[in-house]
Amino acid sequence: MSILINKDTRVVTQGITGKTGQFHTKMGKEYANGKMCYVAGVTPKKGGQRYEGIPIFDTVKEAKAQTGANVSVIYVPPPYAAAAIDEAVEAELDLVICITEGIPVRDLIRTRYKMQGKKTLLVGPNCPGVITPEEIKIGIMPGHIHKKGPVGVVSRSGTLTYEAVGQLMEDGLGQSTCVGTGGDPVNGLKHVDVLKMFNDDSQTEAVIMVGEIGGTDEEEAARWVKTNMKKPVVGFIAGVTAPPGKRMGHAGAIISGGQGTAAEKLAVMEECGIKVTRNPAEMGKLLKSVLK
Amino acid sequence: MKIHEYQAKEILRKHGVATPGGIPCFTVEDAVAAAQKLGGKAWVVKAQIHAGGRGKGGGVKLAKSLEEVQQLAGQILGMQLKTHQTVPAGQKVRRLLIEEGADIKKELYVGMVVDRGSQRVALMASSEGGMDIEEVAAKTPEKIHKVTIDPMQGLADKHAEDIARKIGVPGKGVLQAREFLKALYQAFDETDASLAEINPLIVTGDERVLALDAKINFDDNALFRHPDIVALRDLDEEDPAEVEASKFDLNYIQLDGNIGCLVNGAGLAMATMDIIKLYGGAPANFLDVGGGASTEKVTEAFKIMLRNPKLQAILINIFGGIMKCDVIAEGVVAAAREVRLKVPLVVRLEGTNVELGKKILADSGLPIISGSNMADAAQKVVAAAKGKH
Repeated sequence: MSILINKDTRVVTQGITGKTGQFHTKMGKEYANGKMCYVAGVTPKKGGQRYEGIPIFDTVKEAKAQTGANVSVIYVPPPYAAAAIDEAVEAELDLVICITEGIPVRDLIRTRYKMQGKKTLLVGPNCPGVITPEEIKIGIMPGHIHKKGPVGVVSRSGTLTYEAVGQLMEDGLGQSTCVGTGGDPVNGLKHVDVLKMFNDDSQTEAVIMVGEIGGTDEEEAARWVKTNMKKPVVGFIAGVTAPPGKRMGHAGAIISGGQGTAAEKLAVMEECGIKVTRNPAEMGKLLKSVLK
Repeated sequence: MKIHEYQAKEILRKHGVATPGGIPCFTVEDAVAAAQKLGGKAWVVKAQIHAGGRGKGGGVKLAKSLEEVQQLAGQILGMQLKTHQTVPAGQKVRRLLIEEGADIKKELYVGMVVDRGSQRVALMASSEGGMDIEEVAAKTPEKIHKVTIDPMQGLADKHAEDIARKIGVPGKGVLQAREFLKALYQAFDETDASLAEINPLIVTGDERVLALDAKINFDDNALFRHPDIVALRDLDEEDPAEVEASKFDLNYIQLDGNIGCLVNGAGLAMATMDIIKLYGGAPANFLDVGGGASTEKVTEAFKIMLRNPKLQAILINIFGGIMKCDVIAEGVVAAAREVRLKVPLVVRLEGTNVELGKKILADSGLPIISGSNMADAAQKVVAAAKGKH
């Protein structure tokens, strides 16, 4: 089954005329069912042009009306990216996946406020995107390292997620859907939201959750898992060795006021029945051990 | 991005937030002149460094005469101020703030921070000013009051007044405190701050509130739209290696171990530090090269890491998705040649074109140790740093 996206998803790329937007739209089109999925692009004032045969529109509303696009992927630079998310939400898309890193937190706070009560879901920003292997890929992840299978993957990271997927593949374990929730402190879907979806997905038999220092997403997810999750969950938290008060690459990867340490997250996860490893090279092995 | 107390107070004053009068100084002569200009009978001589805990470290002193101002300024300017937030050797004091002595009746705490749970800015306040807020949160959490702020409406009058009363602002002072808090939020919002802490917020003898100290951190992601704040940056307060790295778009954080790391992606970079420690080693730095491990970037990264006298070995851990492993391998080989690398180098590549990448490393003739996976690479670099290959 998979969650969030599948071969019937219709994608509009916001920021399609930029270098990054172009490259990843092309890659997305070439992966699995991508040719049918990537149906539109948006760059204000460039409406009427085409990229790789994909029609470009001035606005998301037009793109949706003309092509039936229901999911947007955003490759718009930081100063304008939050406004791009707002536009997709106003156009009532089902899902917006924002890849952009570097959006000011103040902008995201307002964007999230405006999203209240609206149907559009947000993944990211500052994320690698979402992939349902052998069906569709929306984002910057390398498609070829994935294959279809029973494991759900949810992670705040990009390359650390690929590492987890690579390890799963060594044991022949494919993935139902991989969701990168991103490295920002104020963002869209959290671990718990994705876990709920995996819980209801018939294809997913087990989940690996990858987290990192900063915030309390993983603790919140763990507490939900304890009383609700019907499938095994395993986890890894990056940043056991991170010093307090420093932003470790990701804007959201910071231990502040003693809160958000890896140790605390691991403790809560274990208490809630999530098997964890402190060794990032053993994520695949750990998942295999809980799969019947 | 961090700034000094005197800079934070200037920003607050611009937004109508009440602070004591003060003048920043860089010499003892300036300090005395500042005290004269301010007038009054008492002044506070305050070391200006980015780290907290200046008072306990001996960097904040009360002067009751101009002679004392001169003497204390001479003592504090140039001192290596050690606090629980500085490196063990302390931070050299290069700037002072000479401030009017204030009439302190009560010390309170007020802070604003981005609250990730509610995805709003939160105002936190407590009657326990002048103390470590983390200690208060741990021991007497009921003394901390919190309200989240509607991003469209700003801080509501009734919330501000309610908080002011709860933390002990006397009745007469509540309206002024309300204006203080609303102006503080405006300053926070308009400057794209990530943290604003007034500790202590004082109630004076005539029942006004004043920011006796001020700490403001800014969202690095928003600096592009605040050139005036970027101009406040003090490179003397930052780690020189981190400053150098940021010039080349390298995300670098200095640690105190002996194994240098170069990784693509923040999560993987943290995990690499973690696995080195797990196998008995000590990471010397965090380094995320992001999406581009080009020859230039790898060369600059090597140069920065090699300036660290403690460095014994380097681990490169790259999972190439869009980035091809052969391109990365060529970059690593070229960089190693250019800096004439002498410390052991362990490279672990994975992803697109990995076999070709490994071949390029093997054929380079350089003593590059190849790691077959993350665990293998970590074990090898830990052994290499200890002197065994």
